[in-house]
Amino acid sequence: MPAPMMNPMTIDDIRSCIAERTTTATALAQDFYTRIRKEDPEIGAFLTLCEERALAQAGRIDAIAAAGKPLPPLAGVPVAIKDVMVTSGVRTTAGSKILENFIPPYDCTAVARLEAAGAVILGKLNCDEFAMGSSNENSAYHPVHNPCDKSRVPGGSSGGSAAAVAAEMAVATLGSDTGGSIRQPASFCGVVGLKPSYGRVSRYGLIAFASSLDHIGPFAKTVKEVALVLRTIAGRDPMDSTSAEVPVPDYVAELEKPVQGLKVGVAKEYFGSGLDPEVRAAVEAAIQKLAELGCEIVPVNLPHTEYAIPTYYIVATAEASANLARYDGVRYGFRAKANTLSEMYRLSRDGGFGVEVKRRIMLGTYALSAGYYDAYYLKAQKVRTLLTRDFDEAFKKVDVIAAPTCPTPAFRLGEKVNDPLAMYLADIYTVTANLAGIPGISIPCGENHEKLPIGLQLFGRHFDEATLLRVAHAYEQVRVSLVVRR
Amino acid sequence: MKVTDKDVAYVADLANLELTEDERARMSRDLNSILEYVARLSELETDNIAPMAQVSDRYGVDESRQGSDRFAYAIRDDVKDGLRKSLPHEAAVKNAPDTDGTFFEVPKVIER
Repeated sequence: MPAPMMNPMTIDDIRSCIAERTTTATALAQDFYTRIRKEDPEIGAFLTLCEERALAQAGRIDAIAAAGKPLPPLAGVPVAIKDVMVTSGVRTTAGSKILENFIPPYDCTAVARLEAAGAVILGKLNCDEFAMGSSNENSAYHPVHNPCDKSRVPGGSSGGSAAAVAAEMAVATLGSDTGGSIRQPASFCGVVGLKPSYGRVSRYGLIAFASSLDHIGPFAKTVKEVALVLRTIAGRDPMDSTSAEVPVPDYVAELEKPVQGLKVGVAKEYFGSGLDPEVRAAVEAAIQKLAELGCEIVPVNLPHTEYAIPTYYIVATAEASANLARYDGVRYGFRAKANTLSEMYRLSRDGGFGVEVKRRIMLGTYALSAGYYDAYYLKAQKVRTLLTRDFDEAFKKVDVIAAPTCPTPAFRLGEKVNDPLAMYLADIYTVTANLAGIPGISIPCGENHEKLPIGLQLFGRHFDEATLLRVAHAYEQVRVSLVVRR
Repeated sequence: MKVTDKDVAYVADLANLELTEDERARMSRDLNSILEYVARLSELETDNIAPMAQVSDRYGVDESRQGSDRFAYAIRDDVKDGLRKSLPHEAAVKNAPDTDGTFFEVPKVIER
Protein backbone atom coordinates (compact mmCIF):
# COMPACT_ATOMS: atom_id res chain seq x y z
CA MET A 1 0.00 0.00 0.00
CA PRO A 2 1.28 3.47 -0.77
CA ALA A 3 1.92 5.76 2.17
CA PRO A 4 -1.03 7.89 3.25
CA MET A 5 -1.22 11.14 1.38
CA MET A 6 1.21 13.74 2.57
CA ASN A 7 -1.46 16.04 3.87
CA PRO A 8 -1.62 18.94 3.61
CA MET A 9 0.22 18.96 0.33
CA THR A 10 0.27 22.19 -1.61
CA ILE A 11 1.00 22.92 -5.25
CA ASP A 12 4.41 24.33 -4.33
CA ASP A 13 5.24 21.31 -2.12
CA ILE A 14 4.39 18.95 -4.96
CA ARG A 15 6.54 20.79 -7.44
CA SER A 16 9.55 20.94 -5.14
CA CYS A 17 9.19 17.28 -4.06
CA ILE A 18 9.20 16.23 -7.70
CA ALA A 19 12.13 18.55 -8.51
CA GLU A 20 14.11 17.14 -5.56
CA ARG A 21 13.14 13.62 -6.63
CA THR A 22 11.66 12.77 -3.20
CA THR A 23 8.56 11.68 -5.08
CA THR A 24 7.48 11.36 -8.68
CA ALA A 25 4.44 12.66 -10.48
CA THR A 26 3.61 9.07 -11.37
CA ALA A 27 3.70 7.88 -7.74
CA LEU A 28 1.62 10.85 -6.68
CA ALA A 29 -1.01 10.22 -9.36
CA GLN A 30 -1.18 6.58 -8.30
CA ASP A 31 -1.58 7.63 -4.64
CA PHE A 32 -4.49 9.83 -5.61
CA TYR A 33 -6.16 7.08 -7.61
CA THR A 34 -5.81 4.76 -4.61
CA ARG A 35 -7.39 7.39 -2.45
CA ILE A 36 -10.21 8.00 -4.93
CA ARG A 37 -10.98 4.27 -5.07
CA LYS A 38 -11.12 4.16 -1.29
CA GLU A 39 -13.05 7.38 -0.57
CA ASP A 40 -15.17 8.11 -3.61
CA PRO A 41 -17.66 5.24 -3.40
CA GLU A 42 -19.18 7.07 -0.40
CA ILE A 43 -18.89 10.55 -1.89
CA GLY A 44 -19.59 10.19 -5.60
CA ALA A 45 -17.49 13.12 -6.80
CA PHE A 46 -16.10 11.46 -9.94
CA LEU A 47 -18.01 10.40 -13.06
CA THR A 48 -15.03 9.30 -15.16
CA LEU A 49 -11.38 8.58 -14.38
CA CYS A 50 -8.76 9.07 -17.11
CA GLU A 51 -5.79 7.14 -15.78
CA GLU A 52 -4.13 6.60 -19.12
CA ARG A 53 -4.04 10.31 -19.86
CA ALA A 54 -2.99 11.15 -16.29
CA LEU A 55 -0.13 8.67 -16.18
CA ALA A 56 1.13 9.74 -19.61
CA GLN A 57 1.25 13.34 -18.38
CA ALA A 58 2.89 12.29 -15.09
CA GLY A 59 5.50 10.39 -17.11
CA ARG A 60 6.29 13.54 -19.10
CA ILE A 61 6.75 15.52 -15.87
CA ASP A 62 8.98 12.82 -14.38
CA ALA A 63 11.11 12.83 -17.53
CA ILE A 64 11.62 16.60 -17.19
CA ALA A 65 12.58 16.15 -13.53
CA ALA A 66 14.92 13.24 -14.33
CA ALA A 67 16.67 15.39 -16.95
CA GLY A 68 17.15 18.09 -14.31
CA LYS A 69 15.27 20.63 -16.40
CA PRO A 70 13.05 23.34 -14.82
CA LEU A 71 9.54 22.11 -14.04
CA PRO A 72 6.44 23.99 -15.16
CA PRO A 73 4.47 25.83 -12.41
CA LEU A 74 1.84 23.13 -11.79
CA ALA A 75 4.18 20.18 -12.36
CA GLY A 76 2.61 16.93 -11.22
CA VAL A 77 -0.32 18.59 -9.45
CA PRO A 78 -3.29 16.19 -9.39
CA VAL A 79 -6.37 18.08 -10.59
CA ALA A 80 -9.86 17.15 -11.74
CA ILE A 81 -12.35 18.84 -14.03
CA LYS A 82 -16.09 19.43 -13.76
CA ASP A 83 -17.74 17.33 -16.42
CA VAL A 84 -19.05 20.36 -18.31
CA MET A 85 -15.61 21.05 -19.82
CA VAL A 86 -14.78 18.96 -22.85
CA THR A 87 -11.71 16.74 -22.80
CA SER A 88 -10.33 15.24 -25.97
CA GLY A 89 -10.82 11.48 -25.97
CA VAL A 90 -12.26 11.48 -22.43
CA ARG A 91 -16.03 11.04 -22.02
CA THR A 92 -17.79 14.30 -21.14
CA THR A 93 -21.41 14.06 -19.99
CA ALA A 94 -22.39 17.43 -18.47
CA GLY A 95 -24.07 15.21 -15.85
CA SER A 96 -26.71 14.35 -18.45
CA LYS A 97 -27.91 11.11 -19.99
CA ILE A 98 -28.17 12.90 -23.32
CA LEU A 99 -24.34 12.98 -23.46
CA GLU A 100 -23.76 9.62 -21.75
CA ASN A 101 -21.46 8.33 -24.51
CA PHE A 102 -20.06 11.62 -25.81
CA ILE A 103 -16.30 11.56 -26.49
CA PRO A 104 -15.23 15.12 -27.39
CA PRO A 105 -12.77 15.62 -30.24
CA TYR A 106 -11.00 18.60 -28.60
CA ASP A 107 -9.94 20.10 -25.26
CA CYS A 108 -11.46 23.03 -23.39
CA THR A 109 -8.89 25.89 -23.30
CA ALA A 110 -8.81 26.02 -19.47
CA VAL A 111 -8.09 22.27 -19.35
CA ALA A 112 -5.40 22.53 -22.04
CA ARG A 113 -3.75 25.40 -20.15
CA LEU A 114 -3.68 23.42 -16.90
CA GLU A 115 -2.08 20.49 -18.65
CA ALA A 116 0.41 22.71 -20.47
CA ALA A 117 1.42 24.05 -17.03
CA GLY A 118 2.19 20.49 -15.88
CA ALA A 119 -1.02 19.53 -14.03
CA VAL A 120 -2.12 15.89 -14.08
CA ILE A 121 -5.82 15.48 -14.91
CA LEU A 122 -7.20 12.60 -12.86
CA GLY A 123 -10.76 12.60 -14.11
CA LYS A 124 -14.10 14.28 -14.63
CA LEU A 125 -16.31 15.47 -11.80
CA ASN A 126 -19.98 15.00 -11.07
CA CYS A 127 -22.33 18.00 -11.30
CA ASP A 128 -25.94 18.94 -11.72
CA GLU A 129 -27.16 18.19 -15.24
CA PHE A 130 -25.90 20.96 -17.56
CA ALA A 131 -24.83 22.81 -14.38
CA MET A 132 -28.50 23.44 -13.50
CA GLY A 133 -28.94 23.02 -9.77
CA SER A 134 -27.78 24.02 -6.31
CA SER A 135 -27.37 20.61 -4.64
CA ASN A 136 -25.85 18.26 -7.24
CA GLU A 137 -29.02 16.15 -6.93
CA ASN A 138 -29.86 16.89 -10.57
CA SER A 139 -26.96 14.76 -11.79
CA ALA A 140 -28.37 12.06 -14.08
CA TYR A 141 -25.79 9.62 -12.64
CA HIS A 142 -25.72 9.83 -8.85
CA PRO A 143 -25.77 12.48 -6.13
CA VAL A 144 -22.61 13.73 -4.41
CA HIS A 145 -22.36 13.47 -0.63
CA ASN A 146 -20.80 16.32 1.30
CA PRO A 147 -17.48 15.02 2.73
CA CYS A 148 -18.14 17.06 5.93
CA ASP A 149 -21.45 15.27 6.56
CA LYS A 150 -22.45 12.58 4.12
CA SER A 151 -26.18 13.03 4.80
CA ARG A 152 -25.91 16.51 3.30
CA VAL A 153 -25.55 17.93 -0.19
CA PRO A 154 -22.18 19.34 -1.32
CA GLY A 155 -23.96 22.24 -3.01
CA GLY A 156 -24.13 22.69 -6.73
CA SER A 157 -23.84 22.72 -9.48
CA SER A 158 -20.08 22.07 -9.12
CA GLY A 159 -20.68 19.70 -6.19
CA GLY A 160 -18.12 17.14 -7.36
CA SER A 161 -15.46 19.84 -7.77
CA ALA A 162 -15.90 21.08 -4.18
CA ALA A 163 -16.23 17.60 -2.65
CA ALA A 164 -13.11 16.28 -4.45
CA VAL A 165 -10.98 19.07 -2.94
CA ALA A 166 -12.60 18.75 0.52
CA ALA A 167 -12.00 14.98 0.56
CA GLU A 168 -8.44 15.45 -0.76
CA MET A 169 -9.08 13.44 -3.90
CA ALA A 170 -7.55 16.30 -5.94
CA VAL A 171 -5.37 19.26 -4.98
CA ALA A 172 -7.29 21.65 -7.19
CA THR A 173 -10.33 21.36 -9.44
CA LEU A 174 -12.13 23.42 -12.04
CA GLY A 175 -15.81 24.23 -11.78
CA SER A 176 -18.22 26.51 -13.58
CA ASP A 177 -20.36 29.24 -12.05
CA THR A 178 -23.49 30.59 -13.75
CA GLY A 179 -25.36 31.71 -10.63
CA GLY A 180 -23.14 30.59 -7.75
CA SER A 181 -22.16 27.10 -8.83
CA ILE A 182 -18.54 27.50 -7.68
CA ARG A 183 -18.98 29.67 -4.59
CA GLN A 184 -22.00 27.92 -3.05
CA PRO A 185 -20.47 24.39 -3.07
CA ALA A 186 -17.14 25.83 -1.88
CA SER A 187 -19.04 27.29 1.08
CA PHE A 188 -20.93 24.04 1.78
CA CYS A 189 -17.77 21.88 1.63
CA GLY A 190 -15.39 24.23 3.46
CA VAL A 191 -12.99 24.96 0.60
CA VAL A 192 -11.99 28.05 -1.41
CA GLY A 193 -13.80 28.69 -4.72
CA LEU A 194 -13.40 31.61 -7.11
CA LYS A 195 -15.66 32.88 -9.85
CA PRO A 196 -13.43 35.20 -11.90
CA SER A 197 -14.65 38.27 -13.80
CA TYR A 198 -16.65 37.76 -16.98
CA GLY A 199 -14.06 37.73 -19.78
CA ARG A 200 -11.15 36.69 -17.55
CA VAL A 201 -11.10 32.97 -18.39
CA SER A 202 -11.87 31.54 -21.82
CA ARG A 203 -15.02 29.43 -22.03
CA TYR A 204 -13.93 27.66 -25.21
CA GLY A 205 -14.90 24.05 -24.62
CA LEU A 206 -17.28 24.81 -21.74
CA ILE A 207 -20.65 23.22 -22.47
CA ALA A 208 -22.88 26.30 -22.59
CA PHE A 209 -25.72 26.85 -20.10
CA ALA A 210 -26.28 30.65 -20.10
CA SER A 211 -23.60 32.33 -22.16
CA SER A 212 -23.81 35.82 -20.63
CA LEU A 213 -23.49 34.33 -17.11
CA ASP A 214 -21.23 31.25 -17.48
CA HIS A 215 -17.74 31.39 -15.94
CA ILE A 216 -14.95 28.85 -15.33
CA GLY A 217 -13.01 29.05 -12.07
CA PRO A 218 -10.86 27.11 -9.59
CA PHE A 219 -11.36 25.32 -6.26
CA ALA A 220 -8.54 24.52 -3.81
CA LYS A 221 -7.84 24.35 -0.07
CA THR A 222 -6.11 27.74 0.06
CA VAL A 223 -6.37 31.15 -1.60
CA LYS A 224 -2.78 30.90 -2.83
CA GLU A 225 -3.52 27.73 -4.75
CA VAL A 226 -6.63 29.26 -6.26
CA ALA A 227 -4.41 32.20 -7.32
CA LEU A 228 -1.90 29.80 -8.91
CA VAL A 229 -4.61 28.04 -10.91
CA LEU A 230 -6.24 31.32 -11.96
CA ARG A 231 -2.87 32.63 -13.19
CA THR A 232 -2.62 29.52 -15.36
CA ILE A 233 -6.07 29.56 -16.95
CA ALA A 234 -6.67 33.34 -17.24
CA GLY A 235 -6.13 35.54 -20.25
CA ARG A 236 -7.30 36.16 -23.77
CA ASP A 237 -8.00 33.14 -25.95
CA PRO A 238 -8.56 33.73 -29.66
CA MET A 239 -11.02 30.79 -29.62
CA ASP A 240 -13.43 32.69 -27.32
CA SER A 241 -14.35 36.17 -28.49
CA THR A 242 -15.77 36.99 -25.03
CA SER A 243 -12.38 36.45 -23.39
CA ALA A 244 -11.08 39.96 -22.89
CA GLU A 245 -7.79 41.48 -23.98
CA VAL A 246 -6.86 42.52 -20.44
CA PRO A 247 -3.41 41.85 -18.92
CA VAL A 248 -3.22 39.05 -16.32
CA PRO A 249 -1.34 40.14 -13.19
CA ASP A 250 0.84 37.76 -11.20
CA TYR A 251 -1.87 36.93 -8.68
CA VAL A 252 0.52 35.01 -6.44
CA ALA A 253 2.99 37.90 -6.13
CA GLU A 254 0.08 40.28 -5.42
CA LEU A 255 -1.13 38.17 -2.47
CA GLU A 256 1.50 39.45 -0.07
CA LYS A 257 0.78 43.14 -0.53
CA PRO A 258 -0.66 44.73 2.62
CA VAL A 259 -4.41 45.13 2.97
CA GLN A 260 -4.19 48.01 5.43
CA GLY A 261 -6.33 50.94 4.31
CA LEU A 262 -8.38 48.94 1.80
CA LYS A 263 -12.10 49.68 2.03
CA VAL A 264 -14.43 46.73 2.62
CA GLY A 265 -18.09 47.37 1.85
CA VAL A 266 -20.90 45.76 3.81
CA ALA A 267 -24.43 45.86 2.38
CA LYS A 268 -27.40 45.33 4.70
CA GLU A 269 -29.26 43.68 1.81
CA TYR A 270 -27.04 40.60 2.29
CA PHE A 271 -27.87 40.33 5.99
CA GLY A 272 -31.66 40.40 5.87
CA SER A 273 -34.33 37.92 6.89
CA GLY A 274 -33.66 34.36 5.83
CA LEU A 275 -30.01 34.53 6.85
CA ASP A 276 -29.18 31.76 9.33
CA PRO A 277 -28.08 33.34 12.67
CA GLU A 278 -24.94 31.23 12.93
CA VAL A 279 -23.94 32.13 9.36
CA ARG A 280 -24.52 35.79 10.18
CA ALA A 281 -22.38 35.57 13.31
CA ALA A 282 -19.50 33.84 11.49
CA VAL A 283 -19.52 36.33 8.60
CA GLU A 284 -19.73 39.31 10.97
CA ALA A 285 -16.79 37.92 12.94
CA ALA A 286 -14.82 37.58 9.68
CA ILE A 287 -15.57 41.21 8.80
CA GLN A 288 -14.34 42.16 12.27
CA LYS A 289 -11.08 40.31 11.50
CA LEU A 290 -10.71 42.36 8.32
CA ALA A 291 -11.12 45.51 10.40
CA GLU A 292 -8.42 44.25 12.77
CA LEU A 293 -6.15 43.80 9.73
CA GLY A 294 -6.49 47.52 9.05
CA CYS A 295 -9.26 47.47 6.47
CA GLU A 296 -11.85 50.19 6.73
CA ILE A 297 -15.41 48.84 6.95
CA VAL A 298 -17.80 50.99 4.92
CA PRO A 299 -21.58 50.58 4.62
CA VAL A 300 -22.78 50.37 1.01
CA ASN A 301 -26.20 50.05 -0.59
CA LEU A 302 -27.12 47.39 -3.12
CA PRO A 303 -30.83 48.24 -3.21
CA HIS A 304 -31.92 45.95 -6.06
CA THR A 305 -30.54 42.76 -4.49
CA GLU A 306 -33.99 41.34 -3.76
CA TYR A 307 -34.73 41.34 -7.49
CA ALA A 308 -31.64 39.32 -8.40
CA ILE A 309 -33.17 35.83 -8.21
CA PRO A 310 -36.19 36.58 -10.41
CA THR A 311 -33.94 38.42 -12.88
CA TYR A 312 -31.46 35.57 -12.92
CA TYR A 313 -34.00 32.81 -13.46
CA ILE A 314 -35.46 34.60 -16.48
CA VAL A 315 -32.13 35.53 -18.10
CA ALA A 316 -30.46 32.18 -17.38
CA THR A 317 -33.37 30.03 -18.54
CA ALA A 318 -33.93 32.12 -21.68
CA GLU A 319 -30.30 31.65 -22.67
CA ALA A 320 -30.41 27.97 -21.69
CA SER A 321 -33.45 27.32 -23.85
CA ALA A 322 -31.47 28.58 -26.85
CA ASN A 323 -28.18 26.88 -25.93
CA LEU A 324 -29.80 23.49 -25.33
CA ALA A 325 -31.61 23.51 -28.66
CA ARG A 326 -28.48 21.86 -30.11
CA TYR A 327 -29.28 18.56 -28.38
CA ASP A 328 -31.49 17.11 -31.04
CA GLY A 329 -30.11 13.60 -31.51
CA VAL A 330 -28.63 14.37 -34.95
CA ARG A 331 -24.88 14.89 -34.64
CA TYR A 332 -24.01 13.52 -31.19
CA GLY A 333 -25.69 12.40 -28.00
CA PHE A 334 -28.73 10.26 -27.31
CA ARG A 335 -31.14 9.53 -30.14
CA ALA A 336 -34.54 7.96 -29.51
CA LYS A 337 -36.07 5.58 -32.01
CA ALA A 338 -38.59 7.46 -34.13
CA ASN A 339 -40.27 7.36 -37.52
CA THR A 340 -40.00 11.02 -38.45
CA LEU A 341 -37.45 13.75 -37.86
CA SER A 342 -39.66 15.91 -35.64
CA GLU A 343 -40.63 12.90 -33.55
CA MET A 344 -36.92 12.05 -33.21
CA TYR A 345 -36.13 15.55 -31.91
CA ARG A 346 -38.89 15.45 -29.31
CA LEU A 347 -38.36 11.90 -28.11
CA SER A 348 -34.57 12.30 -27.96
CA ARG A 349 -34.85 15.44 -25.87
CA ASP A 350 -37.59 13.95 -23.72
CA GLY A 351 -35.58 10.82 -23.00
CA GLY A 352 -32.22 12.56 -22.67
CA PHE A 353 -33.00 15.51 -20.40
CA GLY A 354 -33.89 15.34 -16.70
CA VAL A 355 -36.79 17.14 -15.07
CA GLU A 356 -34.94 20.30 -13.98
CA VAL A 357 -33.40 20.79 -17.41
CA LYS A 358 -36.84 20.44 -19.01
CA ARG A 359 -38.30 22.86 -16.46
CA ARG A 360 -35.68 25.49 -17.32
CA ILE A 361 -36.04 25.00 -21.06
CA MET A 362 -39.80 25.45 -20.61
CA LEU A 363 -39.43 28.56 -18.45
CA GLY A 364 -36.89 30.10 -20.81
CA THR A 365 -38.91 29.29 -23.91
CA TYR A 366 -42.00 30.77 -22.27
CA ALA A 367 -40.14 33.96 -21.29
CA LEU A 368 -38.93 34.41 -24.88
CA SER A 369 -42.21 33.53 -26.58
CA ALA A 370 -44.37 36.04 -28.42
CA GLY A 371 -46.48 38.06 -25.99
CA TYR A 372 -44.27 37.39 -22.97
CA TYR A 373 -40.89 38.60 -24.21
CA ASP A 374 -41.37 42.20 -23.03
CA ALA A 375 -42.97 41.27 -19.72
CA TYR A 376 -40.28 38.78 -18.73
CA TYR A 377 -37.08 38.73 -20.77
CA LEU A 378 -36.83 42.43 -21.62
CA LYS A 379 -37.89 43.38 -18.10
CA ALA A 380 -35.23 41.11 -16.60
CA GLN A 381 -32.56 42.60 -18.86
CA LYS A 382 -33.51 46.08 -17.64
CA VAL A 383 -33.37 45.04 -14.01
CA ARG A 384 -29.98 43.50 -14.76
CA THR A 385 -28.83 47.01 -15.66
CA LEU A 386 -30.09 48.29 -12.29
CA LEU A 387 -28.34 45.48 -10.38
CA THR A 388 -25.09 46.20 -12.20
CA ARG A 389 -25.38 49.92 -11.47
CA ASP A 390 -25.72 49.08 -7.77
CA PHE A 391 -22.25 47.52 -7.89
CA ASP A 392 -20.83 50.38 -10.02
CA GLU A 393 -21.95 52.85 -7.35
CA ALA A 394 -20.69 50.72 -4.44
CA PHE A 395 -17.27 50.21 -6.01
CA LYS A 396 -16.81 53.98 -6.24
CA LYS A 397 -16.60 53.86 -2.44
CA VAL A 398 -15.01 50.50 -1.62
CA ASP A 399 -12.39 48.04 -2.93
CA VAL A 400 -14.20 44.82 -2.06
CA ILE A 401 -17.61 43.89 -0.64
CA ALA A 402 -18.02 41.25 2.09
CA ALA A 403 -21.15 39.10 2.44
CA PRO A 404 -22.25 35.58 3.27
CA THR A 405 -21.86 33.13 0.36
CA CYS A 406 -25.11 31.33 1.23
CA PRO A 407 -27.99 31.98 3.63
CA THR A 408 -27.53 28.59 5.34
CA PRO A 409 -24.95 25.81 5.70
CA ALA A 410 -25.32 22.64 3.62
CA PHE A 411 -28.87 21.26 3.66
CA ARG A 412 -29.83 17.59 3.68
CA LEU A 413 -30.05 15.40 0.60
CA GLY A 414 -33.68 15.35 -0.52
CA GLU A 415 -34.64 18.40 1.53
CA LYS A 416 -35.44 20.72 -1.40
CA VAL A 417 -35.76 18.43 -4.42
CA ASN A 418 -39.52 18.85 -4.75
CA ASP A 419 -39.56 22.62 -4.40
CA PRO A 420 -37.69 24.30 -7.28
CA LEU A 421 -38.24 27.81 -5.92
CA ALA A 422 -36.76 26.93 -2.51
CA MET A 423 -33.76 25.44 -4.33
CA TYR A 424 -33.35 28.61 -6.44
CA LEU A 425 -33.29 30.74 -3.28
CA ALA A 426 -30.10 28.94 -2.17
CA ASP A 427 -28.37 31.18 -4.75
CA ILE A 428 -29.75 34.44 -3.37
CA TYR A 429 -26.33 35.93 -2.46
CA THR A 430 -24.38 34.61 -5.43
CA VAL A 431 -26.37 35.34 -8.61
CA THR A 432 -25.70 39.08 -8.40
CA ALA A 433 -22.01 38.67 -9.30
CA ASN A 434 -22.94 36.69 -12.42
CA LEU A 435 -25.47 39.27 -13.56
CA ALA A 436 -22.91 42.08 -13.08
CA GLY A 437 -19.94 40.01 -14.29
CA ILE A 438 -17.80 40.91 -11.27
CA PRO A 439 -15.46 38.43 -9.51
CA GLY A 440 -16.51 36.66 -6.31
CA ILE A 441 -14.74 34.26 -3.98
CA SER A 442 -15.94 32.05 -1.13
CA ILE A 443 -13.55 31.15 1.67
CA PRO A 444 -14.27 29.17 4.84
CA CYS A 445 -14.92 31.44 7.85
CA GLY A 446 -16.24 29.10 10.52
CA GLU A 447 -18.60 26.28 11.35
CA ASN A 448 -22.04 26.03 12.86
CA HIS A 449 -22.93 23.97 15.95
CA GLU A 450 -23.19 20.85 13.76
CA LYS A 451 -19.63 21.43 12.47
CA LEU A 452 -20.92 22.39 9.03
CA PRO A 453 -18.70 24.86 7.16
CA ILE A 454 -19.73 28.49 6.64
CA GLY A 455 -18.40 30.61 3.76
CA LEU A 456 -17.40 34.27 3.60
CA GLN A 457 -18.00 35.77 0.17
CA LEU A 458 -16.01 38.69 -1.20
CA PHE A 459 -16.88 40.59 -4.38
CA GLY A 460 -14.35 42.70 -6.29
CA ARG A 461 -14.25 45.21 -9.11
CA HIS A 462 -14.37 43.87 -12.63
CA PHE A 463 -10.99 42.32 -13.52
CA ASP A 464 -9.65 43.08 -10.05
CA GLU A 465 -9.22 39.51 -8.86
CA ALA A 466 -5.83 40.59 -7.49
CA THR A 467 -7.35 42.72 -4.70
CA LEU A 468 -10.04 40.12 -4.04
CA LEU A 469 -7.45 37.35 -3.62
CA ARG A 470 -5.20 39.59 -1.53
CA VAL A 471 -7.96 40.34 1.00
CA ALA A 472 -9.06 36.68 1.06
CA HIS A 473 -5.45 35.57 1.62
CA ALA A 474 -4.91 38.10 4.43
CA TYR A 475 -8.09 36.90 6.15
CA GLU A 476 -7.08 33.26 5.71
CA GLN A 477 -3.84 33.94 7.64
CA VAL A 478 -5.67 35.27 10.71
CA ARG A 479 -8.93 33.36 10.84
CA VAL A 480 -9.55 30.89 13.60
CA SER A 481 -8.08 27.58 12.53
CA LEU A 482 -10.68 25.28 11.09
CA VAL A 483 -10.55 21.59 11.69
CA VAL A 484 -11.03 19.71 8.47
CA ARG A 485 -12.87 16.48 9.10
CA ARG A 486 -13.98 13.66 6.93
CA MET B 1 -50.65 35.88 -16.21
CA LYS B 2 -51.46 32.33 -15.29
CA VAL B 3 -49.80 29.55 -17.28
CA THR B 4 -52.55 27.25 -18.58
CA ASP B 5 -52.33 23.67 -19.80
CA LYS B 6 -52.70 25.08 -23.29
CA ASP B 7 -49.66 27.35 -22.73
CA VAL B 8 -47.65 24.39 -21.50
CA ALA B 9 -48.54 22.39 -24.62
CA TYR B 10 -47.68 25.34 -26.86
CA VAL B 11 -44.33 26.04 -25.17
CA ALA B 12 -43.40 22.34 -25.12
CA ASP B 13 -44.04 22.32 -28.84
CA LEU B 14 -41.79 25.37 -29.37
CA ALA B 15 -39.07 23.73 -27.27
CA ASN B 16 -39.31 20.38 -29.08
CA LEU B 17 -40.27 18.55 -25.89
CA GLU B 18 -42.97 15.91 -25.74
CA LEU B 19 -43.63 15.67 -21.94
CA THR B 20 -45.89 13.07 -20.37
CA GLU B 21 -49.29 13.99 -18.89
CA ASP B 22 -47.74 13.97 -15.40
CA GLU B 23 -44.86 16.15 -16.52
CA ARG B 24 -47.24 18.64 -18.10
CA ALA B 25 -49.27 18.94 -14.92
CA ARG B 26 -46.14 19.38 -12.84
CA MET B 27 -44.74 21.88 -15.32
CA SER B 28 -47.76 24.16 -15.18
CA ARG B 29 -47.68 24.05 -11.36
CA ASP B 30 -43.93 24.81 -11.21
CA LEU B 31 -43.99 27.52 -13.89
CA ASN B 32 -46.83 29.28 -12.12
CA SER B 33 -45.04 29.18 -8.80
CA ILE B 34 -41.79 30.51 -10.30
CA LEU B 35 -43.51 33.19 -12.41
CA GLU B 36 -45.48 34.35 -9.39
CA TYR B 37 -42.14 35.01 -7.71
CA VAL B 38 -40.76 36.65 -10.86
CA ALA B 39 -43.77 39.02 -10.96
CA ARG B 40 -42.11 41.19 -8.30
CA LEU B 41 -39.93 42.64 -11.09
CA SER B 42 -42.97 44.70 -12.10
CA GLU B 43 -42.57 46.69 -8.87
CA LEU B 44 -39.60 48.42 -10.52
CA GLU B 45 -40.03 51.36 -12.87
CA THR B 46 -37.78 50.59 -15.86
CA ASP B 47 -39.19 52.65 -18.75
CA ASN B 48 -35.99 54.63 -19.19
CA ILE B 49 -33.54 51.86 -18.34
CA ALA B 50 -31.54 50.30 -21.15
CA PRO B 51 -31.66 46.50 -21.28
CA MET B 52 -28.40 44.66 -20.61
CA ALA B 53 -27.84 41.51 -22.64
CA GLN B 54 -24.26 40.87 -21.59
CA VAL B 55 -21.31 42.46 -19.80
CA SER B 56 -18.68 42.23 -22.53
CA ASP B 57 -19.45 45.71 -23.81
CA ARG B 58 -18.83 47.25 -20.39
CA TYR B 59 -15.32 46.07 -19.61
CA GLY B 60 -12.06 45.32 -21.31
CA VAL B 61 -12.94 47.16 -24.50
CA ASP B 62 -11.32 50.15 -26.17
CA GLU B 63 -13.52 52.90 -24.70
CA SER B 64 -12.34 55.47 -27.25
CA ARG B 65 -13.97 53.53 -30.09
CA GLN B 66 -17.57 53.09 -31.09
CA GLY B 67 -19.72 50.08 -31.95
CA SER B 68 -17.98 46.92 -33.05
CA ASP B 69 -14.64 48.77 -33.29
CA ARG B 70 -14.55 48.54 -29.49
CA PHE B 71 -14.01 44.80 -29.90
CA ALA B 72 -11.33 45.07 -32.58
CA TYR B 73 -9.14 42.73 -30.55
CA ALA B 74 -11.62 39.93 -31.04
CA ILE B 75 -11.55 40.14 -34.84
CA ARG B 76 -9.16 38.04 -36.87
CA ASP B 77 -8.30 37.90 -40.53
CA ASP B 78 -10.66 35.80 -42.59
CA VAL B 79 -8.24 33.20 -43.85
CA LYS B 80 -8.54 29.53 -44.72
CA ASP B 81 -7.68 27.36 -41.69
CA GLY B 82 -7.99 30.48 -39.47
CA LEU B 83 -7.14 29.62 -35.87
CA ARG B 84 -7.01 25.88 -36.22
CA LYS B 85 -7.67 23.33 -38.87
CA SER B 86 -11.21 22.05 -39.21
CA LEU B 87 -11.92 18.74 -37.52
CA PRO B 88 -11.13 15.78 -39.71
CA HIS B 89 -14.33 14.39 -41.24
CA GLU B 90 -13.94 11.15 -39.31
CA ALA B 91 -13.71 13.00 -35.96
CA ALA B 92 -16.73 15.15 -36.79
CA VAL B 93 -19.04 12.18 -37.36
CA LYS B 94 -17.53 9.94 -34.67
CA ASN B 95 -20.20 10.74 -32.07
CA ALA B 96 -23.09 10.58 -34.52
CA PRO B 97 -25.91 8.20 -33.55
CA ASP B 98 -26.31 7.29 -37.22
CA THR B 99 -23.91 8.03 -40.07
CA ASP B 100 -22.83 6.53 -43.35
CA GLY B 101 -19.35 7.91 -42.74
CA THR B 102 -19.98 10.98 -44.89
CA PHE B 103 -23.32 12.35 -43.69
CA PHE B 104 -25.40 12.38 -40.51
CA GLU B 105 -28.41 10.20 -41.19
CA VAL B 106 -31.88 10.96 -39.81
CA PRO B 107 -35.39 9.55 -40.23
CA LYS B 108 -37.37 10.79 -43.18
CA VAL B 109 -38.49 14.38 -42.91
CA ILE B 110 -42.27 14.66 -42.76
CA GLU B 111 -43.98 17.72 -41.39
CA ARG B 112 -46.17 17.15 -38.41
